[in-house]
Amino acid sequence: MLLELTGLSKRFGPVEVLSDVDLSIDAGEVCALVGDNGAGKSTLVKCVAGIHGIDGGTISVNDEVRTISDPRDAAALGIEVVYQDLALCDNLDVVENLFLGREKRRGLVLDDDAMEQLAAETLKSLAVRTIRNLRQPVASLSGGQRQTVAIAKAVLWNSQLVILDEPTAALGVAQTRQVLELIRRLADQGLAVLYISHNLNDVFAVADRIAALYLGRMAAVIDAADATQSQVVELITSGRSGTSGLIDTNGTNGARQ
Amino acid sequence: MSAPVQAEDAEAPPGAGTEPGAVRAVLDHVKGYWSEVRSGEVGALPAVAGIIALCAFFGASQPVFLSVGNLANLFGQGAAVACIAMGLVFVLVIGEIDLSAGFASGVCASIMAVVLTNWGMPWPVAIGAAIATGVVIGLVLGTLVVKLGIPSFVVTLAAFLAFQGIVLMILKEGTNITIHNDTVKAVAGGNLERWQGWVLLVLAVAGYAALQLNRWRRRVGRSLVHEPLAVVLARIASLTALLTATVFLLNLERSANPQIISLTGVPVVVVILGGLFAVWTFVLHRTRFGRHLYAVGGNAEAAVRAGVNVDRVRIAAFVICSAMAAVGGIVAASRAASVDPNTGGSNVLLLSVGAAVIGGASLFGGKGTVRAALLGGAVVAIINNGMGLMGLSSGVRFGVTGAVLLLAAGVDAMSRGRGKLFGRH
Repeated sequence: MLLELTGLSKRFGPVEVLSDVDLSIDAGEVCALVGDNGAGKSTLVKCVAGIHGIDGGTISVNDEVRTISDPRDAAALGIEVVYQDLALCDNLDVVENLFLGREKRRGLVLDDDAMEQLAAETLKSLAVRTIRNLRQPVASLSGGQRQTVAIAKAVLWNSQLVILDEPTAALGVAQTRQVLELIRRLADQGLAVLYISHNLNDVFAVADRIAALYLGRMAAVIDAADATQSQVVELITSGRSGTSGLIDTNGTNGARQ
Repeated sequence: MSAPVQAEDAEAPPGAGTEPGAVRAVLDHVKGYWSEVRSGEVGALPAVAGIIALCAFFGASQPVFLSVGNLANLFGQGAAVACIAMGLVFVLVIGEIDLSAGFASGVCASIMAVVLTNWGMPWPVAIGAAIATGVVIGLVLGTLVVKLGIPSFVVTLAAFLAFQGIVLMILKEGTNITIHNDTVKAVAGGNLERWQGWVLLVLAVAGYAALQLNRWRRRVGRSLVHEPLAVVLARIASLTALLTATVFLLNLERSANPQIISLTGVPVVVVILGGLFAVWTFVLHRTRFGRHLYAVGGNAEAAVRAGVNVDRVRIAAFVICSAMAAVGGIVAASRAASVDPNTGGSNVLLLSVGAAVIGGASLFGGKGTVRAALLGGAVVAIINNGMGLMGLSSGVRFGVTGAVLLLAAGVDAMSRGRGKLFGRH
């Protein structure tokens, strides 16, 4: 398993935001993480990304238990997060944004040509055709193109796991489609993708498996091929659906109080 | 900024416009540049247009404006402001402001004068002391802004008042210190020999051509998008023509009485400005530090997440600004051959900010070049020089300079607004 969470718990003071969460993601698969507002999706991502420390359980990367105490640890393990607010510099061009903070140099001088070539190759390997001029400022790009740049920035660095936080939230139909195709290609290239979304259509379009969080607990992890939208909606809203879902200590099928 | 080929059609299907003829490629390039201008990336265009218009206007009304003597004079008058403006660009790029740059140059000039004249030290020590003072000032200002989080507007406004006081204290309540050292006086007053001007011209043109052609060849070699060769050659040719004309004119006799004293050659201050321009342009565009300056000005949060040491970058910008203010102070002191409580005071700061903004640096951060400071400095110098020749009162001159600054800031704000219409922020 590329990433394996076992019994993960996280408390903010007396509030248990995540309790006993298990989740595993393999290379080459897209795992969608769904759940209502406050279910703990963002907290889970921040624990894996090293922004929050964890209070219980373990995080294993490539079958080795790891401590991820800051974002640099996560990056060193090949974990890259694409946040909702993109974090691109509007006044810099596509290449400059892709290499920001990790610029290539020859001696003291920036090696812009090498960076441009590498950027072109990366975008080509991702089959991105929507960005033709790598030297245009990011400000002049559309929402979908910007999202593409942000994702490409995450995969440029030999990353193994890419976490995408609501990448299609602000996009139109055609652009959403482009980004979903891009996510699929990441998995096809052998990366593991953890994909957070509220939009179930998008989730079913791209995910191999769906993990549903309910009030800080993992309600179920199901194969997308076997699931229906209404099942997932039930898991999100009540923590259970048919035989799958959370089970009370007294044996009845139901959510935590 | 020059536009690469195909800059305008980001969404066009692949294949369109491939393998155009040479003429077609050049036309595409021009079209790409024009569409950049239309979308708000006006760059140096307003400053260049302003220089041409102002020269035409003043030349028509005061023929002496176009004399060789006045051309050399313009460089001397504008040099100090241009130096300070070059430093201000660094602070403007990260989205801050330094209102104390004018009086910082006064403080540094006073230090130099005291070390040189009162203490009798050699000139390298004096100039070193002035620049070191600038560096320390920048460190203090930058640390206050970055580490304590006080807005730069407030920090540098406080420094503006305090430095005025420091100049008075150094100069013992308003005496003035005369500078006798010939080397320091030559900074703003000296001229090169004629042959030295030509040698420098050849070196500058050869260097520029080598850089441009090498870059073009490398990009072709890597089959990256590149400009048509004709555009590169045209750029080299026009720079060569401009510089040759300048050196030729400055090498003409410009003394009123050549029998008594001969005045020829490129002013030393032109070489100093050219050198500073080359160095800071390199830093801003070809180094990692320069790239990070723009990133911090564009989106500081993104820079933090990318692992950029944002605090260090911002403090460094203030240090460069104050150090360049020191250079400006040295030039001003050299030109006046003395330092008094007004050195770096009066309208020096506003002219410098104006120069940077007129040249195309943005008060909103993320945008600005060293070239902008020089072009804007030229506009400011021409306005002051031309209106002086027309015999206008200093009241009118202040008013007009203020109006031009407002106009430049308006163009800046409007190009932002226009950029928004085209999807830029």
